[in-house]
Amino acid sequence: MTNSNLTRRGVLKTGAVTGAGLALPTIFTSRASAFTNEPTGSTVKFGFNVPQTGPYAEEGLDELRAQELAVEHLNGMGDGGMLQTFSSKALDGTGILGKKVEFVTGDTQTKSDAARASAKSMIEKDGVVMINGGSSSGVAVAVQGLCQEAGIIFMAGLTHSNDTTGKDRKANGFRHFFNAYMSGAALAPVLEKAYGTERRAYHLTADYTWGYTQQESIQASTEALGWQTVNNVLTPVGAGDFSSYITPVLQSGADVLILNHYGGDMVNSLTQAVQFGLRDKQVNGKNFEIVVPLYSELMAEGAGANIKGVYGSMNWNWQLQDPGTKAFVKSFGEKYGRPPSNSAHTCYVQTLLYADAVARAGSFNPCAVVEALEDFDFDGMGNGPTTYRGADHQCFKDVLVMKGAENPTTQFDVLEIVEVTPRAQVEYAPDHPMFGGAEASLGECNDGA
Amino acid sequence: MEAIILQILNGLDKGSAYALIALGLTLIFGTLGVVNFAHGALFMIGAFCAVIMQRLLGLSFEMVDETKTDFLGNPLKVQVPYVESWFGPELGGAIINWSVPLGIALAIPVMIVLGFVMERGLIKHFYKRPHADQILVTFGLAIVLQEIIKYFFGANPIQTGAPDMLSGSFDFGTMLGFDPNVIIYPLWRLVYFLFALFIIAGVFAFLQFTTFGMVVRAGMADRETVGLLGIDIDRRFTIMFGLAAAVAGLAGVMYTPILAPNYHMGMDFLVLSFVVVVVGGMGSLPGAVAAGFLLGILQSFASMNEIKSIIPGIDQVIIYLVAIVILLTRPRGLMGRKGVMED
Repeated sequence: MTNSNLTRRGVLKTGAVTGAGLALPTIFTSRASAFTNEPTGSTVKFGFNVPQTGPYAEEGLDELRAQELAVEHLNGMGDGGMLQTFSSKALDGTGILGKKVEFVTGDTQTKSDAARASAKSMIEKDGVVMINGGSSSGVAVAVQGLCQEAGIIFMAGLTHSNDTTGKDRKANGFRHFFNAYMSGAALAPVLEKAYGTERRAYHLTADYTWGYTQQESIQASTEALGWQTVNNVLTPVGAGDFSSYITPVLQSGADVLILNHYGGDMVNSLTQAVQFGLRDKQVNGKNFEIVVPLYSELMAEGAGANIKGVYGSMNWNWQLQDPGTKAFVKSFGEKYGRPPSNSAHTCYVQTLLYADAVARAGSFNPCAVVEALEDFDFDGMGNGPTTYRGADHQCFKDVLVMKGAENPTTQFDVLEIVEVTPRAQVEYAPDHPMFGGAEASLGECNDGA
Repeated sequence: MEAIILQILNGLDKGSAYALIALGLTLIFGTLGVVNFAHGALFMIGAFCAVIMQRLLGLSFEMVDETKTDFLGNPLKVQVPYVESWFGPELGGAIINWSVPLGIALAIPVMIVLGFVMERGLIKHFYKRPHADQILVTFGLAIVLQEIIKYFFGANPIQTGAPDMLSGSFDFGTMLGFDPNVIIYPLWRLVYFLFALFIIAGVFAFLQFTTFGMVVRAGMADRETVGLLGIDIDRRFTIMFGLAAAVAGLAGVMYTPILAPNYHMGMDFLVLSFVVVVVGGMGSLPGAVAAGFLLGILQSFASMNEIKSIIPGIDQVIIYLVAIVILLTRPRGLMGRKGVMED
């Protein structure tokens, strides 16, 4: 005969105590993590947050192609791309610190709230250690703030607003892309040479953070040449038809139109300006000219023949002839049948640079990575000797001035490189007034512990 | 004065697009009683008919040019359009150059068939449902159509230019006695305005002077009585849906040289076109056309720097502001009929 003392209450009590006992170590281990999403297994996960839908989806797709290629190269597949030319040799194609690299992707939709939501999900659900990508400064600033709070490294993709590493700079965020100030500094001498010092400029500017900083930067650098600024008109993003903003230019006495637009807006405003005969006009005894300060290959393709002879600037272009660029274009071109865009280049390089920083630091701890990236000098990544400045986490390297090609042979060479502006010419102090002045601060690095 | 004339001209082409879309919307609403939120998508698909025509005419075979290299250093593969190899580079090139006007020939059958399929396949099941259900289903349909286009054509705007002959601009100012180079207007925008007038006149003539049009107008006024007379009004209304789709499609085809088409261009026009319909008066065809031009011109004026400096941001809200004022003073819109949407 067995005498069982099991009661319902007893079972519940025992179950609760046992459950709590079993849960206790995991509670402690999760608290015991040294930093957010410390990788414990044989793999480490990256989060690629790019626009997969919405107006910049094409650019997001190109970023994803490059990120996938970078992961392949980190894991020892393919021909290694820029790992062959990168001056740092901490990576050996066996993953990072012995861990194989995996990735998840999110869709920013080029909307700040959607981008934050997808980044949050990748951090909390997928356990990513780094987020990379994006095609808008609004998104970059929003996601950078989130990564700072979460204790994750953010390698900003295409973001050109001064604010990203200016007033909105964060310790956990790094930008490889150039910025609006650099565009102005690089373009000014070329514009002076081409159009002289007595010009009257009319600005049409996209009505958001990037547009404002770009307009401010271009105005400052052209006024320094002696140009006058006749007017600056803010245009709604996605306006479509810009004719009512373009026609007043005809009566303004301006002889240069500066289009501070990007993506579809730039394609439309440039096309419509050409349709209104602006480029055939003579004003003040000079040919009327159009300038597009920030170019991208995908958008130049969209603008077609209208872009011929129009000056602009770029972070990088596949037509550069240095060994790093050649290696990357070969890897990318053979895999995807097209040359990479400059946003693809940025995301590819950043993925490698993050991995390299981890390898050099010997840890995935974001604060160790920050330390490894700050004031890091390197070469072989496509723009000559490059530095990630510690004071504001902005990358400094040569900048390209481009022009719409007169006789492109394929859809890929609609832009040609006019000048490689040396890095010294685009440098500025970290407390420059356009970058938040003396008040701008990175804050403390956050590892989420 | 020059600035005012320029903004009126600007408003005319924008207004033409609004008027054409609003005309189609009103036709559908007036005949079938359906609020069609997929109408903007029809405008967009029309625009993509021009893109398809451009691609069809540009279909090419590959030739290797040993003298040039591609970005990887391999011999360059040059695409030679079949049209150019059949008709010679000059005539072939000219045919490709005229792909937008030729796109009309593709758009008319495509849009009519699409209109029929939409109406018979989906929308007819929602006639007896509340307007909210109709809005939801047509809005969903618009998103589906958008995504299909994005899947095949990508998200970037696709440059679809006017024929070289019509792509320049002309000096409108000198015709009116102003100094040269003061009032310059792109030729294609004038073509678009005239085209829109032609289509609008065609639709009105069709409704006014044909027996079919008379029956449709009678059906719009009193559907039940027309049905009791033994006329199959539903079939005629389906044809009207196809016609409305074709009008939106044609508006889209011809708009491509003004605005490089992308998959979401329809949504941008849809909301404004609904405001146009409301301002013009629900169910009133002349109202839709008049309000289209009126709002197009007002929007252009609101973008003038002189006006924006007094009221910043007015260019983005003017249409809605006008809608509010009209609805407060004339709740049925400019030319709205009694009894429409009032039961």
